[in-house]
Amino acid sequence: MIHTEELTKNFDGVLAVDQLSLDVKEGEVFGFLGPNGAGKTTTVRMLTSLIGPSSGTASVAGFVLGNQDKEIRKTVGVLTETPGMYDNLSAEYNLRIFAELYEVRDAAGQVDKYLKLLGLYDRRMDPAGTFSKGMKQKLAIARALLHEPRILFLDEPTAGLDPEASHLVREFIADLKKEGRTIFLCTHNLDEADRLCDRVGVFKTRLLVVDTPARLRTSVFGRKVVFHLREASAGLVKVVQKLPFVSEVKAVENKLLINLDDPETRNPDVVRALVGAGADIQFVGELRHSLEEVYLQLVKNN
Amino acid sequence: MNKIKTIIRKEWAEVFRNRMVIFTVAFLPLLMTAIPLGILYSTRGTASASGLNTQLPAEMTKSMCPGGLTGSDCFQVFMVSEFMMLFMLIPVAIPVTIAAYSIVGEKTTRSLEPLLATPITTFELLAGKCLAAVIPAALATYAGFAIFAGGAAMIVHNRLLISALLDARWLIAIFIVGPLLALMAVSFALMVSSRVNDPRVAEQISMVIIVPVLAGFFGQVAGVFVLDRQIIAIVAVVMLLLDVLMVYLATRIFNREQILTRWK
Repeated sequence: MIHTEELTKNFDGVLAVDQLSLDVKEGEVFGFLGPNGAGKTTTVRMLTSLIGPSSGTASVAGFVLGNQDKEIRKTVGVLTETPGMYDNLSAEYNLRIFAELYEVRDAAGQVDKYLKLLGLYDRRMDPAGTFSKGMKQKLAIARALLHEPRILFLDEPTAGLDPEASHLVREFIADLKKEGRTIFLCTHNLDEADRLCDRVGVFKTRLLVVDTPARLRTSVFGRKVVFHLREASAGLVKVVQKLPFVSEVKAVENKLLINLDDPETRNPDVVRALVGAGADIQFVGELRHSLEEVYLQLVKNN
Repeated sequence: MNKIKTIIRKEWAEVFRNRMVIFTVAFLPLLMTAIPLGILYSTRGTASASGLNTQLPAEMTKSMCPGGLTGSDCFQVFMVSEFMMLFMLIPVAIPVTIAAYSIVGEKTTRSLEPLLATPITTFELLAGKCLAAVIPAALATYAGFAIFAGGAAMIVHNRLLISALLDARWLIAIFIVGPLLALMAVSFALMVSSRVNDPRVAEQISMVIIVPVLAGFFGQVAGVFVLDRQIIAIVAVVMLLLDVLMVYLATRIFNREQILTRWK
């Protein structure tokens, strides 16, 4: 759905995006993670044909960037970093303008539909300037969806929102995912990316890595299983260390942290060895690194 | 065309909520109409000017004192003509005020990026914004002139004098030069807006465009030239050419990428 090859953007000698090569599949939620100033917004602006690349090529929904920009803009929906509403105009009129610019057939119907879906219908005649930040963000999401785009670019959709508003926006994005829309989600909210994204790309001027959140965790930290014991003695550590498939064992308080490549297959062997050595196992679980830890590790390494 | 209409409606809906804009659009034509009407009213039957029709230079007599008018009538035509030039401030000042708020306002509200993300072309966007500023200016100018014409007919009962006051040169100035001036002012405001961030600064700088109009006024008052039909026609042609150049330059400067990356 989105394909880029060595897409590069230079601003008067300052490299903002360096040779980005990427494929985003149809119906996928792709998380584009990176620190502030990493070039995420510049990438979105290029892919939505707002600015041109310095070099490289890209296609969005089969339309070639640079040659079919108008078609790209018709096909995609964009939630910009700041909502950018006309504060003096009503919420309804704000949407009406964009419905007309996107040549939406049933403009009034679409405006009503999204005002209702996002819980803004009762305030539709109020000036957008009187809305809270969360409401403005919801209005901006409605604006991006009026023409039913196949691809959505969401630039920091929950930035600056309170937990309740963030939750609502995330739920709405999850609903959009269920509808099969392709979503390109720029964020540095890693919890959000973890919950919503099928794959994530870590980006800092250039693409550092692309994978599913689960595989990223494994590739960066490996898989670790935590065995909670009544008592984690040095003898038990030695027993586990002798197992040929265990690469590392660490005792922390009454827990054993064991690195395993294939816990589903190897856990029963570890359990047997520990029980055989007299250990009282309370419970067993996988140590799950947060995407934040993965991200910080990746950014630190690069 | 529909997108241009959408932009125009949007601009008007937004801009006419601004008190400064409403004040300029409403007050300026009234003021500029009141001045020549006041002069016309206060100079009725000026006895001291009775010999003016024979004393004025030939070129002034030709344009301001056609046969059949008394010296007193000629004095009224002369005085009103001096101030009619100020009337041309309307199509300059109004669009500059509107454009300064409508274009720079997009910067301050950060609303330009979502707008540019739609399938609107640069031409449609600029045409919408230009027309949103030019149309009220032209209508205000026409309305002001209509009020002046109506007021003059009430004050003066001499048909010959009225036709001299509403001479073809003023009709050309109001109906042709006026919109051309407005377009030039908007193009200039567009260029200024792409370089500044504050609507007030944009408005102040764009107001430089009134200098040629004031030069025309003072030039005529000082007797440097007399604005006759020929000069007005030449001015109209020059304005048309200048407009083409200004619109071209404004479009060149209004580069989507530069605006998005430079407008902070």
